[in-house]
Amino acid sequence: MSHFEINLAMETSASPLDFASSPINRGLSAEQKIDLYRQLTRIRRFETASLKQYNGSKMGGFLHVYIGQESVAVGCASLMGENDHMITAYRCHAHALAVGMSMNECMAELFGKATGCSKGKGGSMHFFAPDKNFWGGHGIVAGQTPLGLGLGYGLKYKGLKGAALCFMGDGAVNQGAFHESLNIAALFDIPIVYIIENNGYSMGTSQARSSAFKDCLAQRAEGYDIDWDLANGSDLYEVRAKVNIAMERARNESRPTVLEIQTYRYQGHSIADSAHKKYRSPEEIQSYKDNHDPLNLWRQRLIKENLLTEESAKKIDTEGKLEADSAVKFAEESPAPTVESITEDVYWETDNTTEASKIGRYFFND
Amino acid sequence: MREIEYRDALNEAFDEELARDENVVIMGEEVAQYNGAYKVTKGLWEKWGDKRVVDTPISEAGFIGMGIGASMLGIRPVMELMFWSFHSVAFDQLVNNAACCRYMSGGLINVPIVMRGPANGGTNVGATHSHTPEGLFAAFPGLKVCSPATPADAKGLMKTAIRDNDPVYVMENTTLYGMKAHVPDPADGDFTIPLGKADIKRVGSDISLIAHGASVLRCLEAAKILQNEHGINAEVVDLRSIRPLDQDAIIDSVKKTNKAVLVDESKPFCGVSAQIATLIQEYAFDYLDAPIKRVCTIDAPAIYSPYVEADQLPNAARIVKQVLTIA
Repeated sequence: MSHFEINLAMETSASPLDFASSPINRGLSAEQKIDLYRQLTRIRRFETASLKQYNGSKMGGFLHVYIGQESVAVGCASLMGENDHMITAYRCHAHALAVGMSMNECMAELFGKATGCSKGKGGSMHFFAPDKNFWGGHGIVAGQTPLGLGLGYGLKYKGLKGAALCFMGDGAVNQGAFHESLNIAALFDIPIVYIIENNGYSMGTSQARSSAFKDCLAQRAEGYDIDWDLANGSDLYEVRAKVNIAMERARNESRPTVLEIQTYRYQGHSIADSAHKKYRSPEEIQSYKDNHDPLNLWRQRLIKENLLTEESAKKIDTEGKLEADSAVKFAEESPAPTVESITEDVYWETDNTTEASKIGRYFFND
Repeated sequence: MREIEYRDALNEAFDEELARDENVVIMGEEVAQYNGAYKVTKGLWEKWGDKRVVDTPISEAGFIGMGIGASMLGIRPVMELMFWSFHSVAFDQLVNNAACCRYMSGGLINVPIVMRGPANGGTNVGATHSHTPEGLFAAFPGLKVCSPATPADAKGLMKTAIRDNDPVYVMENTTLYGMKAHVPDPADGDFTIPLGKADIKRVGSDISLIAHGASVLRCLEAAKILQNEHGINAEVVDLRSIRPLDQDAIIDSVKKTNKAVLVDESKPFCGVSAQIATLIQEYAFDYLDAPIKRVCTIDAPAIYSPYVEADQLPNAARIVKQVLTIA
């Protein structure tokens, strides 16, 4: 069964659970639910704008957009408390916005401007906001999985009751670093939730062609005696309900979880991948947009719950678009970093011109 | 005067830093209950317990990455590679995550880790266990690298490394762990040695022998032979720290002696000595009376054979021979 077929099967399964009634969702206020919609639309509008600006040659490098997957980052971020931390791979814009980073600093980073969240030093794949418990933005597939483990280790070491959320794509499950991390997570009882955002394709290779597995990828956790689950990512209620269970396990029992969330990306793996329709059919993409789009589904939910109307939803969407437009303007008008700034932020000592920074040579330029 | 072994000097550094800062954690394979593969961490687990001294599985990418992640939250892991040669299975963690996170975050994140372990040849363990990657890691901005040659330097540099807010990679040496020499008594105060400060281990006037790690000891042996048999008074400059690098000490010595032989257990191609050579030609060109010469490890993977391994590495005979080509 292909990833896509699994999704369809989930949609049409005989007894779908209604996750709206799970405790973590019952507690949501009308305002909170509407705000979740706002977050979803902001991310889509940001990504749409960034794609347009990329195509207008306003930025360099890669651009991995998140359109289609928004419910995952938004649902997870909405569960984070003071001692919960987040780390992800290179498709990181949504996570950054979801934890509260501004569109301005994110767009400026894409443009390579000094006002970017990393002063133009990180780029699309490397957004960070430690003050919001967001630790990147990492470019190497699965390279962040041991770091996430370390965030959990740090929480436990300090005696804090929290969870580390470590995101990864379905392609990352075959990297050794991930398996090493799972072993240590179970062995050391680390409060971590590994979230496999399964969009069905590791770059241009489908799940069936890249991974050996029995029923699903998360099931591999069984070999490490780690709890696992599978969630339908197009339903924000389900994402929140299942991620919350895993986070509570981390907080209360200091035990890890592997949670696979089925989702889908509408665009290519990255901008270099504009011919992404070669490895999947246009019908498959269209069907997901028509039947599984997380924004549409959430909007319909809230309309059904009498919390939104088509008009008020449209207004929220327009606000997101205006915010993204304004971020583009901010990025465009921002100054570029200076050449002098290239050697800043390399060493703590030299940045702080400490006594130690005056001992010995740190940089070896001409 | 108190004399202790190199391994015990390191042990003392860990013990003192564990006491000084509750965020310091010793981590690695066999470092706790087994007391360390080379007994460098002997007794620390018994004294400090499971939380502060942690045995990890043989899983370098996993536990080093974990240490880096924990360091972002303010923990200060001091992580042992049983051999620095094993860096290759954790390379992504060591050069992407440790070296680049501060930069890519625009300075928002610090990675205050220490990576340590032996990096040396000379023990007949073959190519996979005899790498000397100090030049390799010094080539990554964001990392600091040092290579102590004596027990006192080992202790002083290790304590500084643990307190540093950036990743510091300390290259020790299995052939030095049993070396006994003076280390100041802890009762006489906190003993640290700054990174980036070389040490003149022998003052001389005729030629500069510039080295780090165990090669410093080979230089001192060679200097004795040169003095006794050839009347050449060699100065031995111990770099101690590779990055930051004490360029002034190197240039000052060469300006005084006008000749330099660089002794480096790295391989010759782009090794530490290659960097030193370019600095000397740039900053002391007019002071040189002869070409800069080098004594590196012979350019092949580390040979196993106990009959010839010592000759693959820099040794006193090879140093003397090279000095005589320009002295």
